[in-house]
Amino acid sequence: MSTSSLSEDGRTGKAGPAFDFGVASGRRGASTLALAAAGLLVGGIALALYWAPEDADQGFSQKIFYLHVPVALTAYASFAWAAWKAFRLLSTRDSRYDLESYTAVHMGVIFGLLTLVTGSIWAKISWGHWWSWGERQLVLFLIVFLFYSAYFMLRYSTEPGPRRERNSAVYALFGVALIPVSFLAVRIAGTILHPTVFTHEGANLPWEMFLAFCVCLAGMLSLAGSLYLAELAGKRADVALRDLRELLA
Amino acid sequence: MTTAEKYVTAAYLVFLAALLLYVVIIALKVGRLEHELTDLARLAREKLGG
Repeated sequence: MSTSSLSEDGRTGKAGPAFDFGVASGRRGASTLALAAAGLLVGGIALALYWAPEDADQGFSQKIFYLHVPVALTAYASFAWAAWKAFRLLSTRDSRYDLESYTAVHMGVIFGLLTLVTGSIWAKISWGHWWSWGERQLVLFLIVFLFYSAYFMLRYSTEPGPRRERNSAVYALFGVALIPVSFLAVRIAGTILHPTVFTHEGANLPWEMFLAFCVCLAGMLSLAGSLYLAELAGKRADVALRDLRELLA
Repeated sequence: MTTAEKYVTAAYLVFLAALLLYVVIIALKVGRLEHELTDLARLAREKLGG
């Protein structure tokens, strides 16, 4: 049987070794990115904790910024990537993008959960409580997170096939509209509690802090990329094995 | 250790724990895939009469 006839999750019918579903290339890419992520994160966290100056207002607790903000931006990037893949699916009808969009949402939800947890820890020490319902930035991020968490319910409520792929893609694409709203909320709202570091005039922090932040952000994005590729390779292998089992049954 | 240091440590530990948990999940998944692949290879050999 040709590869194309097995393409429930989007392998194209291009010539190539049978059952090569991008697993090997994904593994190589994941390894490279994982190495980059390890180096950048260790370096970035070391810079943040031992080199970057302490914040005049918040003191040592501001060090959570180097973890919390890159994690949040990585969650947004994952959701945006999922939307891009969903758009590609809808425009090309190539079901390969379905698995890619699904994996990106998966990553986004993991990083989203980490954003909420690290943000709550930071809120507790800075504001004295774990959560503030009055803060639009927090509530909107929670809405984005819950919206994408519901993606899995939608996905698994329909049978595998083109209908599920289209529904999931439309949902992932629709959700991306919430990202700019969530991102800009703190700026539009002019809130009191949640700090605004990046404004339209640039980064509102010393260059040492900004450099440490950039290294942490690069590390976090590399980490998300490596996890995305590893997860995608695993999911593709899973599908390939299921197809193979059906063939042998 | 000050209160601020405790909270910062907790935040970084949460991140590390999540990362380790993910690695464990991936390792379990790879183990399952390996097991399934071995099973399928045996099935293929039986089908081919090898």
